Amino acid sequence: MTDEEKKKHDEMTEIELVIGHVLRIGVITSAVVIIIGLVLALITGETGYPAGTFPTTFATIFQGVAAFKPFAIIMLGLFLLILTPVLRVVVSIYAFAKEGDKLYVWITVIVLVILVFAMWIGYIGK
Amino acid sequence: MINSILILAGVGLFAGIFGAIFGIGGGMIVTPIMTIALGLDIKYAIGASVISVIATSSGASIAYLKDDMLNLRVAMFLEIATTVGAILGAILTGVLPAKVLYVLFGMLLIFSSWNMLHKLRTSKKDAEDTVPDELSEKLKLNSTYYDQANKKQVDYKVSNVPGGFSMMFGAGLASGLLGVGSGAFKVIAMDTIMKMPLKPSSATSNLMMGVTAAASATVYFFNGSIKPEIAAPLAIGILLGATIGSRIMQHLQATLLRKIFIPVLFLIGLQMFLKGFGVNFG
Repeated sequence: MTDEEKKKHDEMTEIELVIGHVLRIGVITSAVVIIIGLVLALITGETGYPAGTFPTTFATIFQGVAAFKPFAIIMLGLFLLILTPVLRVVVSIYAFAKEGDKLYVWITVIVLVILVFAMWIGYIGK
Repeated sequence: MINSILILAGVGLFAGIFGAIFGIGGGMIVTPIMTIALGLDIKYAIGASVISVIATSSGASIAYLKDDMLNLRVAMFLEIATTVGAILGAILTGVLPAKVLYVLFGMLLIFSSWNMLHKLRTSKKDAEDTVPDELSEKLKLNSTYYDQANKKQVDYKVSNVPGGFSMMFGAGLASGLLGVGSGAFKVIAMDTIMKMPLKPSSATSNLMMGVTAAASATVYFFNGSIKPEIAAPLAIGILLGATIGSRIMQHLQATLLRKIFIPVLFLIGLQMFLKGFGVNFG
């Protein structure tokens, strides 16, 4: 390995550590939110919604969270968990940009666009 | 409701512990339990399972990141293929009849048991001389990692990028369709097709699982296939279980346990497969 390659590799190691932090914070935050929702549901014995239903849009989830509805809080937690790897992709875009690697900034942006596209597919596939 | 939440958290805990010990994702364990033992609709089981894949992937990646074995460029480039495959898979799950999903899931389990057996029999030699193709140079995929066991830095090259990319599309499709991490397919793509060493292949595969599962999970989340009362206790159970499992793992003879587990996986696979054709046991 040449010196330049070694330097590049060390930079990547630093980026990977930042990504590690993002993943940890994301997982812990979402787990805490999900547990709060579950405990609330167990204590009150209610979901906050008619039997068999739950919120699946941003608007209804946030309204439900504001009203302390257990299932809305759980859905928020589950969404945060899904968002964790997405956040990992966003951090990588920044990291590759900082490193001046244009090719990988584009590759990572493509991955992010595909993930946003998935959201749209979910919405229309209801 | 309290009962079912506690049962599902227990299932998650069990799947998390054994998933970590056997080196497979929780998804392959939870879906058969939820459908065969608890009688849940397979579509909701898949929706809940994909959430648990994200939980375990993120949890395990943190450990791998510290060991400096990931190849971030390989992961990012191949994620283009896995995420597109995963979205397609998630759409197919909504359209395909449940019995087809049972048959496919059964086939996946049978394949996985064969794959585990194959891995036990052949010990792979690391760091062979690989001829990199033009694409891997252009995409800067060749890298290096520190081997803890041999205490040395290993440089490696990547070959057959188009082949690996196609295999990854298949891995993504399976992941989205059946709510599993499809780690086995991802490792085959990197280790067998692209000739990467096994350790960075496994670490990179684990990181990719999270992003791949996020693509299908978003589809499932917004179309209502992820039920909070199923997915939430399961995810928490698996997170806790995977943490416990990876601790226990250090004190166990993993090879012996895997040998016991292989026929179990095969039999569950056969059961799922036959359920798809209307044959039920127990």
